[in-house]
Amino acid sequence: MNSIEKTVEDTAINLLRLAVIQLPEDVKKALQHAYETETSEAGKTQLKAILDNIKLAEQTGTPVCQDTGTIIYYVKAGAQTPNLDKIENALTNATRKATQQIPLRPNAVDPIVGKNTGDNTGPHIPYVHWEITPGNELEITVLTKGGGSENVCTVGMLVPGEGMNGLKKFVIDTVVKAGSQPCPPNILGVAMGGGADIAMKLAKKALLRPLGQPNPNPELAKLEKELLEAVNQLGIGPMGLGGKWTILGVHVDYAARHPASFPAAVAFNCWAARRATARIRADGSVEYLTHKVR
Amino acid sequence: MATYKFKTPISEEDIRKLKTNDVLYITGTIVTARDQAHRRALEWAKDGKKLPIDLKGLAVFHCGPIVKKEGDKWVAVAAGPTTSTRMDIFEDEFIKNFGVRVVIGKGGMGKRTTEAMKKYGAVYGAFTGGAAALAAKAIKNVRAVEWYDLGMPEALWIFEVEEFGPLSVAIDSHGNNIFDQVAKTAEENRAKIYAKLGIGK
Ligand code: SF4
Repeated sequence: MNSIEKTVEDTAINLLRLAVIQLPEDVKKALQHAYETETSEAGKTQLKAILDNIKLAEQTGTPVCQDTGTIIYYVKAGAQTPNLDKIENALTNATRKATQQIPLRPNAVDPIVGKNTGDNTGPHIPYVHWEITPGNELEITVLTKGGGSENVCTVGMLVPGEGMNGLKKFVIDTVVKAGSQPCPPNILGVAMGGGADIAMKLAKKALLRPLGQPNPNPELAKLEKELLEAVNQLGIGPMGLGGKWTILGVHVDYAARHPASFPAAVAFNCWAARRATARIRADGSVEYLTHKVR
Repeated sequence: MATYKFKTPISEEDIRKLKTNDVLYITGTIVTARDQAHRRALEWAKDGKKLPIDLKGLAVFHCGPIVKKEGDKWVAVAAGPTTSTRMDIFEDEFIKNFGVRVVIGKGGMGKRTTEAMKKYGAVYGAFTGGAAALAAKAIKNVRAVEWYDLGMPEALWIFEVEEFGPLSVAIDSHGNNIFDQVAKTAEENRAKIYAKLGIGK
């Protein structure tokens, strides 16, 4: 195996391990804040259990949630990186090995015959999102996406004439409909424009942004705040048992739209927001960006 | 809101004490079952075949765990709840046929299950979705696995547990269902939020 392949494979296994066992600091902080400020008793019980669980997972080195998700990679690839064609294969191998070693739950099922492949790989899975960047570094992010929160992700082709009101309504309705299913409190990615696929792609990608980091676009920052306040007035609460924390944060992105369409997408991430990022430099050194690694 | 600690097998009398919003911890035996295990159990009952384990007074846990073999022993690595609504089509018959007292899961269940719980004396305990490490810690021993041919997540895992919880009693045996109440509240609040944002219906 050539060296970049090996480095990518080892790094991806580490990222998967970090992601499923240890939540990013921003997520832990948001959950702690939710616990401290939750007003419903059942909601507080649930948030306490979440915090205890996070600590326990770190102490015992076991996955924070048993559904270790569908494995998705976001790769920013420096155009000058050698052997780019080998990376996808290395990521697939990493997924297979990590499934055995950590272990991860095998979550890749053939849709036609219903058989589980047993190793988290299958056609198009793990999925790799590519972005070509200048330079010769690789940045790899893994998102292990839970099924319960995935099942309520929704794309809507809204009426352009309703404008932003239509979007707000769509987001609120989607959260009501999701109810207790995605293990609230969740993180919401919201995107508009582009097309059905582009909107969902952007909404999901918005989930990668750390909580508490305001959107650099002031218009969107305002919209995020407004949407967050609105959905948290619904009273669905932690695990749908009632309370004020249904959503921990809303992240918005957008693309230009066709005059006749207003695609909108709402992506949910679990409170167990499992993501991890590393940068691989040309000299083969690796830096983990989301987690402290000894 | 009261906290209860019950040992299996749980009696109907004890179950009837629980009210929604109470917190419950279980010590004893709980058995995992998801869609396929529910379906097979009901088929077996219909054919008059005995299940590999008597579920009377026990808790059924909607869970697809990660279980690892260490030597010849199984160890539960992660065992959080799965979404219960998928089992809604089976659960009333399941409670009726097998006499389970507690159904553990996440996300809640519907009218049919709520009615069966009232009729036969059972509750729904919401275990924190995703809290797999917490659940695994309370699992002291994997006593057996049955129906492993259904695959690891779908098999019947028989767990011996100690103070398994916290379970928020979300459906009690008196016909109360928190999830229904919350859904109604959310509907009402939605209208207010629309008005506040100046959005028409
Ligand atoms: S919705 Fe997310 S947190 Fe809940 S069980 Fe599924 S993967 Fe875990």
